[in-house]
Amino acid sequence: MAKVIVVTSGKGGVGKTTSTAALGAALAQRNEKTVVVDFDVGLRNLDLVMGAERRVVYDLVNVIQGDAKLPQALIRDKRLETLHLLPASQTRDKDNLTAEGVERVIGELKQSFDWIICDSPAGIERGATLAMRHADVAVVVTNPEVSSVRDSDRIIGLLDSKTARAERGDRVEKHLLLTRYDAARAERGDMLKVEDVLEILSIPLLGIIPESMDVLRASNVGTPVTLADSRSAPALAYLDAARRLAGETLPVTIPGEKRGLFSKIFGRRAA
Amino acid sequence: MSLFNFFAKKTSAPTARERLQVLLAHERATVGHSDLVAQLREEILAVIAKHVQIDRDKVVVKMDRGDKVSTLEVDIEIPLNAGVRAA
Repeated sequence: MAKVIVVTSGKGGVGKTTSTAALGAALAQRNEKTVVVDFDVGLRNLDLVMGAERRVVYDLVNVIQGDAKLPQALIRDKRLETLHLLPASQTRDKDNLTAEGVERVIGELKQSFDWIICDSPAGIERGATLAMRHADVAVVVTNPEVSSVRDSDRIIGLLDSKTARAERGDRVEKHLLLTRYDAARAERGDMLKVEDVLEILSIPLLGIIPESMDVLRASNVGTPVTLADSRSAPALAYLDAARRLAGETLPVTIPGEKRGLFSKIFGRRAA
Repeated sequence: MSLFNFFAKKTSAPTARERLQVLLAHERATVGHSDLVAQLREEILAVIAKHVQIDRDKVVVKMDRGDKVSTLEVDIEIPLNAGVRAA
């Protein structure tokens, strides 16, 4: 049974595209057929983060408007044959996305994939509402920072009212993915802690992705962070998050919190 | 709280947490009827216009959200020569 996931946040720049690529690759690494779909029409970037920017021929808008068939627009990943990308259009604007068109494409994707991961654009307008429209599960990407938490709260409200599931009296399963977390700064009291964000947003935690150079390094070379270096701290966190999405129960660890006596004493003084 | 924190300057995360809690409590309450102020303005105007002729531009409706209570301030200027309609 295919599952549709929306990766959303309201606020821009919190890591939606990075997380879509990393979770998509992580699920595909489990040998499950996965497609990542870019809904950011006009400002596509998932192709770039996935390293497929030179292979885009047709896109989501072409498929919706009937200029191309779905299989023509799907790009198969060169590293993982279970991973596919449906890019967004770079030249059109969001008005080219229609509710009926999106529904048809999602329906077709459900025929051949186990996981359909929709990368939402920032904001709460058409692109974002259409990306979440058919979701079964929502991954709410949040930074431990006031504006990101506020926007996530707004998005949670939309997930509970504007989705197809909400309209038929059902609910979208919502999960919090806390990104760019710095355990040392949170411990010093200068960053919202995991429990603060959880208490405010009150949705279950999918994972904590540490602030890390590995994330930028992976996007520089166009490789999802879970494929670039699967032993790095952010990759391990994303791989665990993907296992939780797939239904496994794992304890959530806070990356970077295991600190020795030395760093406890000197790490704090340095602040 | 460790000895080091005792001498350190006040931390900012608790402030962030408190501000968010107050803000979101209000925002959640108004989701779905975010035009509450506009609606109140129209209805209050309609009631007053039944009795007194008023200039719609001379009506100010303000909402102030406090921690415990919110206030709604309605300021209507009634001109001296306003024709009082038959009550």
